[in-house]
Amino acid sequence: MAERYSSFRPGGRRWLWQRITAAFLAVVLSFHFFLLHFVYHADEVTFALSSARMESWTYYSLMILFLITATFHGVNGVYNALINQGLTGTKQTIVKWTLVVASAILIVQGVRTANAWAGISIL
Amino acid sequence: MSQSYNRGLIEDFGRWREFSAGMWAWVFHKFTGWVLVGYLFTHIAVLSTALSGAAAYTGTIQTLEGLLVVRILEVGLLAVAVFHILNGLRLLMIDLGIGLESQDKSFYASLILTGAITVASVPTFIAGAF
Repeated sequence: MAERYSSFRPGGRRWLWQRITAAFLAVVLSFHFFLLHFVYHADEVTFALSSARMESWTYYSLMILFLITATFHGVNGVYNALINQGLTGTKQTIVKWTLVVASAILIVQGVRTANAWAGISIL
Repeated sequence: MSQSYNRGLIEDFGRWREFSAGMWAWVFHKFTGWVLVGYLFTHIAVLSTALSGAAAYTGTIQTLEGLLVVRILEVGLLAVAVFHILNGLRLLMIDLGIGLESQDKSFYASLILTGAITVASVPTFIAGAF
C-alpha cells in the first residue's frame, strides 16, 4: 500500500502553483548555488562583481523572477503547512495577510537591491 | 495502487515511531522548507547592504565569509537545499503518478545523493576560510 503525504489539497490552485514554481526553482536554485559557489566563490564576492552580473538584462530578469517565485513558493508552503496544522477562521485571515505583506516587503527590498547593483534608480 | 486514508493531523509527532519512509520524507521536506524560507528573508536582508554603497556591501560579505561558522552554516544550507530540491523532484514525479510504489526507495536515494553532493562540496565551501 502506498500513501500520499502532502500539506496541499491535490488539484487545488495553491497545489498547482506550488508545483509549477517548484519545477522552475529546482533548476534556477541549482544554477544559483553552482554559479555563486563553484564558478565564483563566496569569499571573492564584491559589489563590482555582483554589479557586473546584474547589469546583464538576462541575468537581472532571471534573478527578479527567481525572487518572486521563491517568495511565492516559500510563503505558500508556510501558509499551507499552517492550514494543515489546523489554522482556520480569523487566525487564518490574519496569517494570510501577514504573509502577503511580508512577501511584498521582501520582493520590494529584493528588487531595490538588484536595482542598486544594476544601476537602475527607479525604485 | 494509491490509497487515501484519514491520518488525522499530520503534525502528530508523538507517533514518530510509526512513521513510514513517506512520512519521514514529508517531515524532512517541511523542515528544510522552513529553513529555506527563513534563509530567504535573511539572505535579502544581508544583500540589502548593497543599498548603503559598494564598501558597505563588500565589507559585510567578506567579513561574514571570513567566519568559519558562516562557511559551516553554508554547507548546512547546501545540504538543506539539495535535499529539498531532490525530494521536491520526487514529489513532482509522485504527483504525476510516477514511482508511487517505490517512494521509499526514492526517498533513500534522495538522502544518499544529498549526503554525497554535500560531502563533495565541502572543500569548495571551506576553501580560504583558514
